[in-house]
Amino acid sequence: MWHSLSRLLQHRLLIRTLVQRELTARYRGSVLGFLWTFIHPLMLLGVYTFVFTYVMPARAEGLSPYPLYLFCGLLPWTWFGSSLPEAANSLLMGGNLIKKIIFPAEVLPVVSVVHNGVNFILGLPIYAVFWVWFRPESISIHLLWLPLVILVQALFTLGLGFFLAAVTVHYRDVKDLLANLLTLWFFGSPVIYSYTFLAETDPEGIAARLLELNPMTHIIEAYHTSMFTGEMLHWRRFGVTAIVAVLTFVVGYYFFDRLRDSFVEEV
Amino acid sequence: MASSGKSSSAATSKKGTAMAGANDAAKAASEDGSTTAAKPAIRIAGVTKRYRRVAQSHKFLTLKSAFVGGNLFKLLNPNEVFTALDGVDLEIQPGETFGLIGANGAGKSTLMKLVAGTTKPTEGSVAVNGKISALIELGAGFHPEISGRENVYINGIMLGLSREEIEARFDDIVAFAELEEFIDAPVKNYSSGMYMRLGFSVAIHVDPDILVIDEVLAVGDEAFVHKCLDKIGEFKRRGKTILLVTHGVDTVRRLCDRAAWVDRGKVKALGDPMRVVDRYLNWVGEQEESELARVEKQRVASAGEVAGTDAHIEIAEEAPETGEEAPYEPGRWGNQAARIEGVRFLDEASQAGHVFATGDEMTIEIAWSAAAEVNDFVFGLGLFNANGVSCYGTNTDLERFKGDALKGEGKALIHVPSLDLVGGTYYLDVAVHSRDGRPYDYHRGLYSFRVHSRYGDVGVARLGHSWEFTGGVRWKQLGGIESERDPDLARGDDA
Repeated sequence: MWHSLSRLLQHRLLIRTLVQRELTARYRGSVLGFLWTFIHPLMLLGVYTFVFTYVMPARAEGLSPYPLYLFCGLLPWTWFGSSLPEAANSLLMGGNLIKKIIFPAEVLPVVSVVHNGVNFILGLPIYAVFWVWFRPESISIHLLWLPLVILVQALFTLGLGFFLAAVTVHYRDVKDLLANLLTLWFFGSPVIYSYTFLAETDPEGIAARLLELNPMTHIIEAYHTSMFTGEMLHWRRFGVTAIVAVLTFVVGYYFFDRLRDSFVEEV
Repeated sequence: MASSGKSSSAATSKKGTAMAGANDAAKAASEDGSTTAAKPAIRIAGVTKRYRRVAQSHKFLTLKSAFVGGNLFKLLNPNEVFTALDGVDLEIQPGETFGLIGANGAGKSTLMKLVAGTTKPTEGSVAVNGKISALIELGAGFHPEISGRENVYINGIMLGLSREEIEARFDDIVAFAELEEFIDAPVKNYSSGMYMRLGFSVAIHVDPDILVIDEVLAVGDEAFVHKCLDKIGEFKRRGKTILLVTHGVDTVRRLCDRAAWVDRGKVKALGDPMRVVDRYLNWVGEQEESELARVEKQRVASAGEVAGTDAHIEIAEEAPETGEEAPYEPGRWGNQAARIEGVRFLDEASQAGHVFATGDEMTIEIAWSAAAEVNDFVFGLGLFNANGVSCYGTNTDLERFKGDALKGEGKALIHVPSLDLVGGTYYLDVAVHSRDGRPYDYHRGLYSFRVHSRYGDVGVARLGHSWEFTGGVRWKQLGGIESERDPDLARGDDA
């Protein structure tokens, strides 16, 4: 397994080329092109802002301006939420490649996660502009944690991506299951509300306890601390999450590796 | 091995990885003591490949038990196994052009996928010694939305080239594919021929030591096929190893140094391509024989049910003649005053069969019966090819036989000393009818036989002929039926 993991690194060129292809090919022939990537999050941003500002105003303090807070969590969530279905589907979509040419299958889910990651990274400068405009006082040294947070999220997403890709080959139901699961997961992660607020007001409540078990809670929170409030990471929570992410990656890849030989026949 | 002699480290690691599966196998093979001087380019040792099928209902159970029992790997226990290859041993030497023939589903493509490294054997080992490029599916991995230029790069990288290598070969690739004008257009606007040419061109410019070609020559226009064959010939001259998987026995005969015939996962014949192809064609003949016999039995049986009814009156008016424009539907009609009981095709040894070769002796045997004496009768037959075109037709009346009495039962035999037909399937109409064309028993297209021709000659029938040349003509090899019947003459080339 470590051997094939190291091979993954050797496929850099292939991964880069395919990511480039995804990025250029997807929006070719459309006028707005790559901007479409942001239409969906921006729409969500508008809707939630409207709902939580005018319909049922959020009671949490320290989330202002709320659209910025929302934007901060929505960006990484979009990366996560669009990578997984794509990764799950990647082996089926790339069936021709695995079947017809000598092609390293693990490249496909990686490409799904990485190219969505590129979109995420490209969204960061847009966020930065608003951040500097509305909350300049919260920019701090803790922004330096950001690369680590991104890395942890990448590992976690990749691990799940490998697992889902391998399972989807055998059980196509996963695709539909996943779409529903991700909606649940979205509301189970502190994107539109604040976990800190919840944890402080009702630490023993069932909501806070459930949320604590969700790795995405702590990953999104880490984005909030480094890019919104400018505070220090919650070390204990984030540390455990990082370990979980690494384990997810290793187990996901192991699972993928074990089922590798079945892909050609089942795709 | 795969990447030896390349200095760029990026390139070597790249190639090393693309080949990793095969390299592992090669290592494994050399460990079990095969460190001889001349390493085969491809060594397939005791390879068995089984495909597992997991039924849908079974799948649900396994999914449930996978979650309940927690054993995620057991979940793929097969409940149906298909053996595609069964203990295959093959060695292909460097520089050899090796042909693989066999019917659909015989295991050729599985074997080739194993060599290409896209699947792994269930048992045994496959060792490949050298850089391999597989023309299995041309243009696999082309993305329709982006330009041919970008696709060449991506495809090249997928096939194990580095960016620099592609750059160096880019112009050749485009020139070979004849796509200079369109290389910047999106691939979705390409015709299928353009798509395929580009795919072939990229794959062949990988410049492999071993080239695996699966049936790709079957597509593409004549000119491009020739170009591909030229390219393959060039590979051959440069001492590269070629593994050719095809149905085209002619290609095997023309190009290959050795060949193997695979059937139901086993190597049935191996060696000289001429002999292997002959054995394969013999087998194909036998298969067709039994198939034709089965279909004919069915046809006669279902036509027999219709016979004897009053339906003959209307049908008889329709067209006992050949009726060129009417669709050629098999059937049977007539008033049964005289009956045709059966038709057989006999070869020179009087063995009944359905498969003959051009130039064979053939006897058509018509078994007849007449309960009461019939005084006005004509035996006739018509021969149609698969398109329903009449190739030949005659009857006893046309040939000046004057019928007097027909009673009891007997046979009518038509001797054909030399079956001068081109290759294909032929259908036979046989009939007994009165001199003015009233059918007693008309069998339309119930009987068929197949003719094999060693030549691709065309037409309605084969005219008996021979070639003769005068002046400064010299042949590397003599063709024609005469030399076919005398193999020494045909193989004595360069004489």
